[in-house]
Amino acid sequence: MPLLEFDGLTVDIATPRGELHAVRDVSFRIERGETLCLVGESGCGKSMTAFALMGLLPPTARRTARKFRFEGEDLDRASAARLSALRGDRMAMVFQEPMTALNPAYTIGDQLAEVHRRHKGSTRQAARERAVELMEKVGITAAAKRLGQFPHQLSGGLRQRVMISMALMCGPTLLIADEPTTALDVTIQAQILRLLVDLQRDLGIAILLITHDLGVVARTAHRVAVMYAGEIVESGTAAAVFDLPRHPYTRGLLSSIPVPGKTPPGARLGAIPGIVPSLVGELRGCAFRDRCAHASAVCAMPVAVRSERDHDWRCVLDARAVAA
Amino acid sequence: MTALIEAHGVSREFVVGQRLFAAKPVIRAVIDVDLDVSSGEVLGIVGESGSGKSTLGRMLLGLLAPDRGTIRIAGKDLPEIDRRALAKLIQPVFQDPYSSLNPRKRVAAIVALPLAVLGIGSAGERRARATAMLERVGLPARYADVYPSELSGGQRQRVAIARALIVEPKIVLLDEPTSALDVSVQSQILNLLLDLRKDLGLTYIFISHNLAVVEHVATRVAVMYLGRIVEASDRDAIFADPRHPYTRALLDSVLTPEPGLGVPDTGLGLTFPNPIDPPSGCAFHPRCPEQGPRCRIEAPRAIRDARLVACHLYDGGTAVP
Repeated sequence: MPLLEFDGLTVDIATPRGELHAVRDVSFRIERGETLCLVGESGCGKSMTAFALMGLLPPTARRTARKFRFEGEDLDRASAARLSALRGDRMAMVFQEPMTALNPAYTIGDQLAEVHRRHKGSTRQAARERAVELMEKVGITAAAKRLGQFPHQLSGGLRQRVMISMALMCGPTLLIADEPTTALDVTIQAQILRLLVDLQRDLGIAILLITHDLGVVARTAHRVAVMYAGEIVESGTAAAVFDLPRHPYTRGLLSSIPVPGKTPPGARLGAIPGIVPSLVGELRGCAFRDRCAHASAVCAMPVAVRSERDHDWRCVLDARAVAA
Repeated sequence: MTALIEAHGVSREFVVGQRLFAAKPVIRAVIDVDLDVSSGEVLGIVGESGSGKSTLGRMLLGLLAPDRGTIRIAGKDLPEIDRRALAKLIQPVFQDPYSSLNPRKRVAAIVALPLAVLGIGSAGERRARATAMLERVGLPARYADVYPSELSGGQRQRVAIARALIVEPKIVLLDEPTSALDVSVQSQILNLLLDLRKDLGLTYIFISHNLAVVEHVATRVAVMYLGRIVEASDRDAIFADPRHPYTRALLDSVLTPEPGLGVPDTGLGLTFPNPIDPPSGCAFHPRCPEQGPRCRIEAPRAIRDARLVACHLYDGGTAVP
């Protein structure tokens, strides 16, 4: 049984211009101990999907799902209180900017301990011991000393390690990481991603990693879901999606980044013409068709998902036609 | 090739914070930087946050005076170049097209502003040149009278590029020009920049933390760490055969979209230097996998042949001499 199952997740947000369909009929599952990467560009709905899962949507948003199961529990009608009890305990989150995610007015120790005391009802002393143990696990030196420090006294990389140790306090089965390394320098990014991969191996936690960076996806994901305009347009194992991308959008994305050792320097990069469609109002057919070189009249009709082994894509073209 | 920009021994410090009795803490943002940029080159400057790459850029633009050292552009000392003349030599494009464009001006007026400041042409001529330049950067005439808020990030960056090019500068300093953009938009802007360079014979200084992008656009690369250039050479040499351990770690950190390779181990420790109190000797030594006793004591000098590297490994070794 998968750890997490979402079927037909939809998030609509009320705006002055009408309903914005931020997430449109998204279905995915995460097995225990695996990493699923949600990848896409700004506004594609990847963060909203995570917020829906955590019960952290803005009040103007409405979530519906045909099925939402986590650790075997049906959550599609769960109360806000139930999601709040799971959050930080069974599922924990690491955000992009550790400086804004941490409270500047409290010490590291207080913030780490609070999670454990709230969810596990532990004593202050026990919670602080757990905090030191985890800070050492994520590679923070002089952990006991750091408990008394404030977030601004730490470097960006250390703050993100603190965030990760905080997420691990209650022993979650699912870690949701939303652009966890985007604000960090490249050398620190590699170190933090290695840490996540190592933790997953040691603790067997599942990771939902949300990123715009295809390099991060390729190096960390077991499975990948590519989002465009609120929909998952392609999903599969990392090897399948990167080695044989089926959807024209995925192909466009992959051709647009220069790859050292592969892209000749100065050569023209692939480009996706046009801009992302508005998600306000009724959307029908393939949302990518206005930017797609292969679009035809049928693309205005609803598009069925095609599958081949563990690889799904939402496009009317058969694989050979896209490759051509 | 003529050197369009020559910088020698350029340094700049900033006083940070206030202390009533103790000495005020100082950040040495740029330390003793030498740089030559030839006409037609694309010099990539790479480094992480706090490396001094943007401070160096601001000095080259004449926005910030060096504490020590000289900068010459097109054979003239920078402080002696009249501001109008300087504007025709070097123009900037910044990272964030959301904050670098005046939200209350229409696009054509934003692009024409440098011409107005320099007193070039009549209002009608300026507008005609602005719309022609907008067209050149891929924004058709219908965009001339919209406000920046109506444009996407990529379109705004095109406006910023048009504004930089309208006075026909020789050099464009691009400070993280695609870092705020989505990848599919980044490729459009990089393609545009490479086309413009070829068509207009421009020289670029391209500041970025993204090594894959720098490898793609630069002809020469300088790597900065805590204010110093630690390695500089032709693009092909630096990417095929990086010498400084920091350059190697940077290259190892690049995550190419190749599944199955896993996350690289950079070999860098967890210590991160405090720029107010930088490490002794070589500033990189606490993170360096190849550090020796000499690295803690003595700052390495820059060894120059066809390329520059500032590391004891190439200057007698890391043992105490």
